[in-house]
Amino acid sequence: MTAYSDNLVEVRDLTFRFGSRIIFDGVDIDIRRGKVSTIMGPSGTGKTTLLRMIGGQLKPNSGEVRVDGRDVPTMSHGELYDMRMRMGMMFQSGALFTGISVFDNVAFPLREHTRLSAAMIQDLVLMKLQAVGLRGARDLMPTELSGGMARRVALARAIALDPTMIMYDEPFTGQDPITVGVIMKLIRMINDTLGLTSIIVSHDVQEVSSISDYIYMLSNGKVVGQGEPEQMWQSDSPWVTQFMKAQPDGPVPFHYPAVDMAEDLFT
Amino acid sequence: MGPYRFIIRPLIWLRICLHEGYSTVARGLEMLGGLQMLGRLALNFFERLGRGNLFVVRVLTGVPAVFLQPSLIIAQLYSVGVLSLLIIVVAGLNVGMVLGLQMYYTLVDYGAEATLGPVVALSLVRELGPVVAALLFAGRAGSALTAEIGLMKATEQLSGMEMMAVDPIKRIVAPRFIAGVLSMPLLAAMFSAVGILGGYFVGVGMLGIDDGSFWSQMQAKVDWYDDVVNGVIKSVAFGVVITWVAVFEGYDAVPTTEGVSRATTNTVVYASLAVLGLDFVLTALMFGS
Repeated sequence: MTAYSDNLVEVRDLTFRFGSRIIFDGVDIDIRRGKVSTIMGPSGTGKTTLLRMIGGQLKPNSGEVRVDGRDVPTMSHGELYDMRMRMGMMFQSGALFTGISVFDNVAFPLREHTRLSAAMIQDLVLMKLQAVGLRGARDLMPTELSGGMARRVALARAIALDPTMIMYDEPFTGQDPITVGVIMKLIRMINDTLGLTSIIVSHDVQEVSSISDYIYMLSNGKVVGQGEPEQMWQSDSPWVTQFMKAQPDGPVPFHYPAVDMAEDLFT
Repeated sequence: MGPYRFIIRPLIWLRICLHEGYSTVARGLEMLGGLQMLGRLALNFFERLGRGNLFVVRVLTGVPAVFLQPSLIIAQLYSVGVLSLLIIVVAGLNVGMVLGLQMYYTLVDYGAEATLGPVVALSLVRELGPVVAALLFAGRAGSALTAEIGLMKATEQLSGMEMMAVDPIKRIVAPRFIAGVLSMPLLAAMFSAVGILGGYFVGVGMLGIDDGSFWSQMQAKVDWYDDVVNGVIKSVAFGVVITWVAVFEGYDAVPTTEGVSRATTNTVVYASLAVLGLDFVLTALMFGS
């Protein structure tokens, strides 16, 4: 094994192309153990793609993605699956299995990966559901849940195997303020009480600033800013300022690239 | 008169000639575009075929592990096999009855109506049972498999499963594949059996053929190995092809509403065409000599 490092995830000089589009162009990111780190950036900058690379679902064109000192892209199938058992992920849609109940959804990873008795699984599932406040919803089907509840169930399922790291893909998008508040509280609480490492991908500036320990900002395939939330607010980088202050125009242009307007209209 | 004949008319001709020349070039370019398109279609086709083959290899490596969890297969046998039973039985009965009716009117002209039993049985066991049951299976079970897997992909359920360190090919695809391959021959046998009963109702019940000669002729003319076993082999082959197409189309679907809809259509079209083509080849091999 490699030496213990303060960083659970280390991304080095990552490049990734999707067809002819460059998604990442030399990205370096460190995710500290025990902290809540956030990857921010405009839509379409590959934030979710980054999570998929950390989880080994996509391979980069070049560069390294190390989790706990091991390079993910070069892992064998078995090693990859071993790593994923120590990793939880909450998808934007929740990605709950629609054919089975809330209880069975949370029990799924336990039943697949452990040989625990039914009674033990029941206790564990109810504890996880209690943590997200949905013990009473155990018998509902995923289609009967609101969007916020579905995410909380997904969170309970993501922590079912007591992972060392949890990744959240756009946890706040499209939720009402109460739900956003609940999810923020849960992310912070789960991170601190279970001693996890959390990675959030989001573009919700306010929410993220209040719960993150460290923020990376991606744009155009590069890290354009990083720091603790207060540093980000005071940053003099035009990229960071535009994003944090929600300015419609700036380094990220208002207009999609096009030919000159006069030329477009009068020819 | 003068200026028209010497200036305007030649100009018009020139224009027509230029236009002709231009459109010939344009047609040529169009043809080139057509060729390009043909090439691209062929490349896409072979690329998908290759991916489909790699996919089935991955599915097959997942098959042994699934037998350790029979509950997974049983659930799928129910939704793929048992739920297809109704349409198979109704269609089998109808095909058998129509076959009995049509064959009777043809055979009675030659005074050979007593051979109705073997005629109905052989057509069903050799051809109609495996093929029609397979076409219905592609429409009923194949499309359902594709839509289910495609929607699981579109709603990130497959991706979520991968992130929980559970391989969706082993957990989702392999049990469905096994269930499809096991169900198909059973459904085809059911189709043939019910069809023979349909022929019996019509021939013996309605048209008055002798009961004993209907069954005894059938017993004498239908060979266990040549006819029945070959029919079963056919239906196993159809089961493999249909289920393969169905699970691959679902797993490979573009994860959008239109993508899943197109994949479902593709399953029915490709699986049906594959069944018909394969049937010809298998028939030629089995009953050729």
